[in-house]
Amino acid sequence: MTPPRRRSRTLTALVPLLLALLAPLTAAGCGKAGSPPVKGPRADALPHYRVDRSFTLPDSPTWKKAERRGHLVVGAKEDQPYMGEKDPATGVYSGFDIEIAKMMSASLGFDPKTVEFRTIASANRETALQNGQIDYYVGTYTINDNRKKLVGFAGPYYMAGQSLLVRTDEHGIDGPRDLDGKRVCSASGSTPYQRMRQDYPRVELVGYDAYSVCVDNLLTYQVDAVTTDDTILQGYAAKVPQELKVVGKPFSEEPYGIGVPRRDNALRLALDDALAVHERNGDWQKAYDATLGLSGRRATPPPPIDRYPAS
Amino acid sequence: MDVLTKNFSLYGEGFLGTVELTLYASLLALALGFVMASFRVAPVRSLRALGTVWVTVLRNTPLTLLFFAVVLGLPRFGLVLPFQLFAVLALGCYTSAFICEVLRSGINTVPTGQGEAARSLGMGFGRTLGAVVLPQAFRTVIPPIGSTLIALAKNSAIAGAFSVTELLGTYKSLSEMGYSIIWTFVWIAVGYLIITLSISALFTVMEKRWGTAR
Amino acid sequence: MSRATVIDGPTALYDIPGPRTRRRHRLYGVAATAVIAGLVGWLLYLLFDTDQFTATKWSPFAYRGIQDLLLRGLANTLKAFALAAVLSLALGALLATGRLSAHRPVRWIATALVEFFRAMPVLVMIFFIFVALKVQALPALVAGLTLYNGSVLAEVLRTGVNSVERGQREAAYALGMRKTQVMSYVLVPQAVRAMLPTIISQLVVALKDTSLGYLITYEEFLHAGKLIASNLDYDLPFIPVVMVISPIYIGMCMLLSWFAHWLARRQRRNPRTGGAGVAPASPGTLLPGAQ
Repeated sequence: MTPPRRRSRTLTALVPLLLALLAPLTAAGCGKAGSPPVKGPRADALPHYRVDRSFTLPDSPTWKKAERRGHLVVGAKEDQPYMGEKDPATGVYSGFDIEIAKMMSASLGFDPKTVEFRTIASANRETALQNGQIDYYVGTYTINDNRKKLVGFAGPYYMAGQSLLVRTDEHGIDGPRDLDGKRVCSASGSTPYQRMRQDYPRVELVGYDAYSVCVDNLLTYQVDAVTTDDTILQGYAAKVPQELKVVGKPFSEEPYGIGVPRRDNALRLALDDALAVHERNGDWQKAYDATLGLSGRRATPPPPIDRYPAS
Repeated sequence: MDVLTKNFSLYGEGFLGTVELTLYASLLALALGFVMASFRVAPVRSLRALGTVWVTVLRNTPLTLLFFAVVLGLPRFGLVLPFQLFAVLALGCYTSAFICEVLRSGINTVPTGQGEAARSLGMGFGRTLGAVVLPQAFRTVIPPIGSTLIALAKNSAIAGAFSVTELLGTYKSLSEMGYSIIWTFVWIAVGYLIITLSISALFTVMEKRWGTAR
Repeated sequence: MSRATVIDGPTALYDIPGPRTRRRHRLYGVAATAVIAGLVGWLLYLLFDTDQFTATKWSPFAYRGIQDLLLRGLANTLKAFALAAVLSLALGALLATGRLSAHRPVRWIATALVEFFRAMPVLVMIFFIFVALKVQALPALVAGLTLYNGSVLAEVLRTGVNSVERGQREAAYALGMRKTQVMSYVLVPQAVRAMLPTIISQLVVALKDTSLGYLITYEEFLHAGKLIASNLDYDLPFIPVVMVISPIYIGMCMLLSWFAHWLARRQRRNPRTGGAGVAPASPGTLLPGAQ
């Protein structure tokens, strides 16, 4: 079983080659500062929120922990343009959800600039809230009864609906009824994925854990459509309008809420109050116009806030 | 416990998915591995180089990266195929590098004298290979090929993350339906054990029948 | 490598070629080279044809932010690897001790653990720890890798200890050493030395498997690559990303493999390890380990 000697010779010969390959890595210290040009909300056009310095919430363990820390830690999405997107180069988050999170931070007495965002994948949202990794979560988080058993929801702050994203050269798809036998991509296990499987069983479903991969598959003709909330789809379409479009009417109602730890009712109700204030004073609309509004889509008016009793 | 009985079809689908994936990828790996092994022992330098590069690169590539490159990369060249086929391609190519090395070392275990004796009896290249070298090499490579294919079956779990129906992927639907995660995983583990133990048993039988003690 | 057929040493397949055969081989060589060159050319054509070398797709790599992102990912990969390597070695030593124990129950438990963890796909264990036990991504990844590689290393170490000549053990006992002393002064040092190449090859497996962290959203190297590759603003530079990250991944694994190989070669020349000529770990147990 002793390997023949030729192999080792080849390997020895390969070492300089390897070093040559690794060299650019060590040289990576030099590079252009800043980040590659991106399309999205402009930082200087974003609204400013007044920080409520006198705010206190002694009943909320989450708030007290944040107070000791000096800033909030907020869970968000990183790959949803105009909703919650992280610039890979700068690490800066932007989008409508991010603005909502900042608004809330201002109302809770923390400067929005200090918010520490953390990317939490859909599958781990409940866990992250339960074990205190994040103070609250703002990231296209649909309120439903199953989730209410695990986490609390402030809001809703926006009403989205499931819709379809297709390539601009696609003319045969106008709604979910045209999808028979087509390949449709969504986040595996998500609500839109489950709804597709139940209501349109003849659709061939494809699942990934991120929508950005679905969109990638759509552009390379691996799938025919991507389905999820219209907000997310609109953001992608706005990035490459010459290649992607959102078609048809939304076929569901997805009220977005702010996820909070389930037992922290004080925090939940405080966020409800804060949302009501920002919706009234115009911050909500300004935030929308500076982010998702750029996609050319008008805002649906914010749904009434649901202050459900503690259970 | 009732996770299994109530969702047997879902489990069955996943289980069959893993079995199919393992089967097709094994066939591809064996075929490609054989071709590459013959390249590596060929008297032609460029073929040997090709074989060496194939083996060295694939053996040192993380399988996740290979899946990533194949499933998301190939469609960029206009290649639109079912996801299962991409998975078979990635798994098969990856494993072929290991099969190639197993086959090559199998051929190397045949003593030189055997070939020399065959040639001195007037056998040509084809007959030396077919009647003397390969039968002996075959016997020694049965156990290592078995363990390589077991590794393949286990590696097929990665395909679940690239939208292929297979055993591990079933946990997502089940946990969404609110079943006990622990039991879900217990049954997934049992599924993998059934597959790996079957391969192991198959190769034990083969070794008993044709194998030789080295 | 022009003399490779000769250096290669004799194989059972061919004689040393004569002048006519050499001419024929040269002909085959030219044909094969032409075919391979054709394939490479076609590949390059495809890459250019599908616009993989445009400035928009490659310019992101020139920015500091993107390089930092990639380096951070690489650092996270190496962090997971370092943790997994150290812990696997510790677990491997522990389980090997268990398997070599004189107490039957301890031996059984260790054997059961080793066999179970070697038979499970690593990914199933990682997902189980991540999803069912609700552990964060890095500890879940490290724990999964540790359980699997630790079990394989336990078998490697055990084979190593068993392969030390019996006379050594007997002599040590005859000198009045206790079992612990025999193990730690006589058997283990020789076993580790003999198995070092195999141990390092197993660490290559651990290094490769850190990329499984990508699937549980651990922010490692591949994850950083995906972030760049799936960005619509950079015109989805997927192929460029693969072209940048795979040489680094493959390079790291090759360096480590090469190190294992170099050690093995050095040992073969070293008479001190001659006593423990051990085949690579393919222990004839129930389920031999994965690659």
